[in-house]
Amino acid sequence: MDTNEIFERLNEVFRDVFDDDTITVTEDTTAADVDDWDSLMHITLISAVEDEFDIKFNMKDVVSMKRVGDMVDIIQQEA
Amino acid sequence: MHELLKYPFDSQMLLKKRRKIKKELQESGAAFIHKKIAILGGSTTHDIKEILELFLLDAGIAGEFYESEFGQYWQDAMFGSPELDEFAPDIVFIHTSIRNITAFPPVQSTQEESDALLDAEYNRFQVMWDKLKERWDPIIIQNNFEMPYYRILGNRDAYDHRGKTNFVTRLNQKFYEYAAVNTTFYINDIQYFSADYGLSKYADPLYWHMYKYSMCLDAIPEFAFNLAAIIKSIYGKNKKALALDLDNTLWGGVVGDDGVEGIEIGHETSMGQVYSEFQNYVKELSQIGITLNVNSKNEMENALAGLNHPEGTLRSDDFIVIKANWNTKDRNLSEIASELNIAADSIVFVDDNPAEREIVRQSFPDVSVPQMCAPESYIRTIDRSRFFEVTQLSADDIKRNEMYRANVLRASEMQSYADYDQYLHSLEMHALIRDFEPVYISRIAQLTNKSNQFNLTTWRISNAEMEEIAKADKYIRLFGKLSDKYGDNGVVTVIIGEKDGDTLHIRLWLMSCRVLKRNMEHAMLDALVAQAQSEGITQIIGYYYKTAKNNMVRDFYGAMGFDKVLEDGDDSVWSLQIANYENQNTVIEVED
Repeated sequence: MDTNEIFERLNEVFRDVFDDDTITVTEDTTAADVDDWDSLMHITLISAVEDEFDIKFNMKDVVSMKRVGDMVDIIQQEA
Repeated sequence: MHELLKYPFDSQMLLKKRRKIKKELQESGAAFIHKKIAILGGSTTHDIKEILELFLLDAGIAGEFYESEFGQYWQDAMFGSPELDEFAPDIVFIHTSIRNITAFPPVQSTQEESDALLDAEYNRFQVMWDKLKERWDPIIIQNNFEMPYYRILGNRDAYDHRGKTNFVTRLNQKFYEYAAVNTTFYINDIQYFSADYGLSKYADPLYWHMYKYSMCLDAIPEFAFNLAAIIKSIYGKNKKALALDLDNTLWGGVVGDDGVEGIEIGHETSMGQVYSEFQNYVKELSQIGITLNVNSKNEMENALAGLNHPEGTLRSDDFIVIKANWNTKDRNLSEIASELNIAADSIVFVDDNPAEREIVRQSFPDVSVPQMCAPESYIRTIDRSRFFEVTQLSADDIKRNEMYRANVLRASEMQSYADYDQYLHSLEMHALIRDFEPVYISRIAQLTNKSNQFNLTTWRISNAEMEEIAKADKYIRLFGKLSDKYGDNGVVTVIIGEKDGDTLHIRLWLMSCRVLKRNMEHAMLDALVAQAQSEGITQIIGYYYKTAKNNMVRDFYGAMGFDKVLEDGDDSVWSLQIANYENQNTVIEVED
């Protein structure tokens, strides 16, 4: 899957989860950049990303994700 | 009902779009009752709260929530907190799981040691429930425990006292014994739920270790739906009746074409067995008080022949209203509702034909119309939709079908009298009208939470509040029971008036629609006036507060002889001078 497509689909997920149509994420986006992205919303987000790409992150994946770029790398390996 | 919340729902979609759905529900213009719900968790409860809130809003219940700090369920319940004290919950939901069991029997323990551990674990919970009762007397909803997700002793884990499986089973049993004798205590059966969901998926350890969730995230919407069913049922939001199609719903084939010998029901064929099992299921529903009705495109004669098929479980006299004709099904449905005297939204319409379902759905957006697919999945579809969650199984519920049947008899008798008063006399009605009595308090409180149509002020009162009201000197309280030659309707009407010098303000007046047009309201006002006069009251003030459902009593006080003294939008205030009051009831014999 090419990176552009992943970002496009990720943007949709972020917009749904945070109910904000203006969100556009980049490789360097972190929780600090998105309003309401706290530890609880993080759980919903992870689950929604898993559902979108039909993958399952393991614990090591989840623990190591610090920025959206990390998430994209794992999606590329798994999907 | 919100499309995304109808069973079977897409859990991921719900989790993802919860904020949007919440906004839509809040802005839907629906009328809500307000309830305070404290969630005391042994694990993270955030998502449970958010999704529970959606299902409750969808049922007309606006929840206000308190969540304990992580894992603080026991401390909060035992010692309270200023925040929780101020919150004063109507409901306390204790969300514990197997992760919160403090000690399991070690393998070297003796039977006595295992028993002692079991008692200790149980007592930790029971003191907490007792404390909650003493502090706020809320409705308590307590999870039982799911099974352990591994078994050190393998299959032996189930029956050896040292097995975790055995320990959990015995602990659950002790919870049920408490539930059996405490009427405001309910079990949220997560043991069944997790098994149904699939324990391996449900108990995915990632969610505990990463987020301190006792279950996987994806299970939460269904979990919350299951929990919401209990709360909805407590506040009278259950469905009351089934309107069933016949051909290919209660039996295989078309009775009008295939003849009664040609339809599939009974043990001859596998499909016949499937329909038999479904008929059994429907019969069991009628035994817990769900009213059965037919809504079918058929000749009446054929419909009855099908219903009395020798291999069938259901008989035609299990049904209260049978509409077998060629009218549209939405029209039949509305007639069924009016003949039963219930709101259309308390009916579940069951039909295998998607086109018929669509017609009903279009005309009655609030009627539940489950998607019936393959006949072998009919039971699961209706059961998992949780229309008929049983939180109380009163003698009244079990007798409900008898009461409806008596109503149909009354209606047919009515047609033989030229004069309505003459008909009322023929019913030989007896009423009992008295101040509240302890045995009826919970029924009276239940009525304040269930009655919507004949309800002047829609004051919802909990059991605990009702007990306070029953003790307070400032009120004049009356409940009324009505029976007639066809049967006993039980407690059907309630008045609470508040005294203020020589004036009595009617804070609550409601009546069950079961006894509409029987002049019971006349008997109640007579009794109220008599009581008021004896306490030196000269004037009674009545209030009408409009809701989405009580238009029926908009001019009720006018009809009872009150004068309108104030109109404020749709609300109104009425007054009655009682010095020269003349009794209005002439048809009911009243004992007090």
